[in-house]
Amino acid sequence: MKIKRVTLPLDTQTAQTLRAGDIVLISGEVLTCRDCAHKRIFEYLNQGIELPFSIDGAAFFYAGPCPARPGKACGSCGPTTSARMDGFAPRLYDMGLSCVIGKGEVSKEVREAIARNKRVYFAAVGGAGALCGNAVVSCECVAFPDLLSEAVYKMELKDLPAVVAADAFGGDVYAASRDTK
Amino acid sequence: MRIIDTKQIEECVCRLARKACVRPTPSCMAALKEAARTESSPTCAFALETLIKNAGIAKKEEMPVCQDTGMSVVLIDIGQDVALSGPPVADAVNSGVRRAYEDGCFRKSVCDPLTRVNTGDNTPAVIHYEMTEGENIKVTFIPKGFGSENMSRVYMLKPGDGAEGIIECIVGAVRDAGSRPCPPVYVGVGIGGTFESCTLLAKKALVRPVGTNNARSDVAAIEKEALKRINDLHIGCQGFGGDVTALGVACEISPTHIAGLPVAVNIQCNCIRCETEVL
Repeated sequence: MKIKRVTLPLDTQTAQTLRAGDIVLISGEVLTCRDCAHKRIFEYLNQGIELPFSIDGAAFFYAGPCPARPGKACGSCGPTTSARMDGFAPRLYDMGLSCVIGKGEVSKEVREAIARNKRVYFAAVGGAGALCGNAVVSCECVAFPDLLSEAVYKMELKDLPAVVAADAFGGDVYAASRDTK
Repeated sequence: MRIIDTKQIEECVCRLARKACVRPTPSCMAALKEAARTESSPTCAFALETLIKNAGIAKKEEMPVCQDTGMSVVLIDIGQDVALSGPPVADAVNSGVRRAYEDGCFRKSVCDPLTRVNTGDNTPAVIHYEMTEGENIKVTFIPKGFGSENMSRVYMLKPGDGAEGIIECIVGAVRDAGSRPCPPVYVGVGIGGTFESCTLLAKKALVRPVGTNNARSDVAAIEKEALKRINDLHIGCQGFGGDVTALGVACEISPTHIAGLPVAVNIQCNCIRCETEVL
């Protein structure tokens, strides 16, 4: 099986070379962001408060890591269920969010936002926390430290395995299994 | 009468938690390897191979196999010929959880349901006590992740719905969960009892090793038929559309009221973690 290499940040041109179902190894910078951090980002946006990081061009990793053991950059850190962030994702893609790494299907509204902005959504392997954690070469908290594992961490990834789950053309790796419902 | 100091329960919970979070059960690993061998979808096979590789890394480096080290579910069967000394059992269990999650570098995933403020040490554990015969204490530790817990369901069926109604509930819950609970899943089912007791039966069903069937042939028939229909959904590993959507279905049964048929479906992700010790 052919494996493509993806380097972040991901521009729209490169995003358009990817198709749903492609297996990829992702390297580069991501920001972890899950339930509580999203809620806070939207509170900031709605109140006009400046965010401590830029959404434009950023790549989000829906994840909350385990603490790192001494000598390691990060503890176990696999993806969490993306669908919980469905209510937030379209606006963020419209603000320039370049891609998301999560797991599981996302809503039609999210897939439309991805296609409209020529972006992409990657599904990493849920349950492969140790392997994903070892793909993190550096990790630093950049916002909301009070949220502990749910804070926003800037991570440098090296070869995180994933599958292109939703592509810039509306392609969706989950379409087949959804059609059986 | 045998006297057991609850300090022993604390030590036991700590040991079990440290072990459980870094390794899927042997029957889970065997089922994942079998799935990888037979899976016809290359994308699902890739995901299954990744999970197998991950378990190897977790074991070698003593890292949590999944970053969701769960809410700590602890089943305690206390023989009625045991007398307990020392601090309250719940305090002992929570001390064991606190130490394991700190020393093991496990994620603390427990928070207030409204404020969402993290308790900071993964306590309190969810403890289920059962009185049994004899002079032993059996402790089972299940770190339960919530990607799958969120997809669990309770149904209050009508008596006439019977086995077919039960099978439809089980298959329906897995179908609705789709890709979200990290399939291939293990499905724990509680049949009968009351609204609350069927959910505990479903949780306890997940303790059974993958690949085993209920001793009652009519219950085993439900397990086998539900598993077949679930795998016919072709959700596949991670929802990528493959042959193996569930590793197994485990049903436990208990008498119920003449007017009802409660069914609870507790979904467990591909990372089945469960350790037991007898004191």
